[in-house]
Amino acid sequence: METQAIHPTSSSTRLHMVRRGMIAGLPIMLGYLPIALTYGVLASRTGMTNLELTLMSILVFAGAAQFLAVGMMATGTGIIEIIIATFVLNFRHFVMSFSFVNSLKGIARRAKIPLTLGLTDETFTMSALYKEEANERHGSFFYASLILSAYLSWVGGSFVGGVLGDVMPARLSDSMGVALYAMFIGLLIPSVKRDYKIAAIAVLAMLINFVCQLWGMSQGWAIVVGTVLGGACGIWLLGEEEGEKC
Amino acid sequence: MLIWMIIGMAVVTAVPRFLPVMIVDFITFPKWMDRWLNAIPYAALGALIFPGIMSVKPEAPQIGVIAGLVGILLAWLNIHIIFVVIGSIASVFLLTL
Repeated sequence: METQAIHPTSSSTRLHMVRRGMIAGLPIMLGYLPIALTYGVLASRTGMTNLELTLMSILVFAGAAQFLAVGMMATGTGIIEIIIATFVLNFRHFVMSFSFVNSLKGIARRAKIPLTLGLTDETFTMSALYKEEANERHGSFFYASLILSAYLSWVGGSFVGGVLGDVMPARLSDSMGVALYAMFIGLLIPSVKRDYKIAAIAVLAMLINFVCQLWGMSQGWAIVVGTVLGGACGIWLLGEEEGEKC
Repeated sequence: MLIWMIIGMAVVTAVPRFLPVMIVDFITFPKWMDRWLNAIPYAALGALIFPGIMSVKPEAPQIGVIAGLVGILLAWLNIHIIFVVIGSIASVFLLTL
């Protein structure tokens, strides 16, 4: 009896990991909802049916690219151009996925593929702050539930936006545009407080991204270059043991 | 036609996402590469925040910057991330009244 109490059953640890993942995903759900609603409204105004705009959220699951596609469709851009622009804008997830997979050494390969399919800026940066879970039992359930809660909020919000149209007062939905940026700040600051070198990495990435965009590089490539080069200075800034820790 | 655009977008988004899973199995990273990959989340956060935050109100970039500073302050005071988000939304709302 006592041993059972000390070692919880496998299914209860799974449930526990799912619950923790949902809690970690909650800020993303809150951040996605207003943006997904706005996407749904804009897409239906551009003439997409509810099925099409929801299907795009289900299959693509990349906010910025979906907004870009809707905007380009509205101006009559061709399909091939839209697909190329999506590739350029989303290529940053390739870099993020490398970092994500590298921190998931404790997780089975068959679980990694579905997890990486759910990588967005938000699910990636949030997961990066929960690295210990990868080495815990049933760690994949933690990440799966974090990603799924974000995914359901995105898909559900898109659908509701398409069905209801303008559900929020314009001023409120305008103000909510800052939500994801605030979330990124909220994710970054605790790490910066722990180690100021992290601020150097982030600020360098910001500046590189900014300069690249000033030079006329597309936003997608500029973010890729900023992330890769900014991260590269971590090779020298992060010590051996810090690299392990953060 | 639209369905093909959606499928095309899905493919070009999905392949870069899962490709690293295939690649990582075939190579072992040297230590310095580990440090690089560990720094990627922080660099990504930086590149995602700025200059994008200035486009919250494209006609008034200072509003996004001020809301960001409010977010930094709240996060610095160890306030939970949900309230950091709500605080920044409230600042934009108040600044655009």
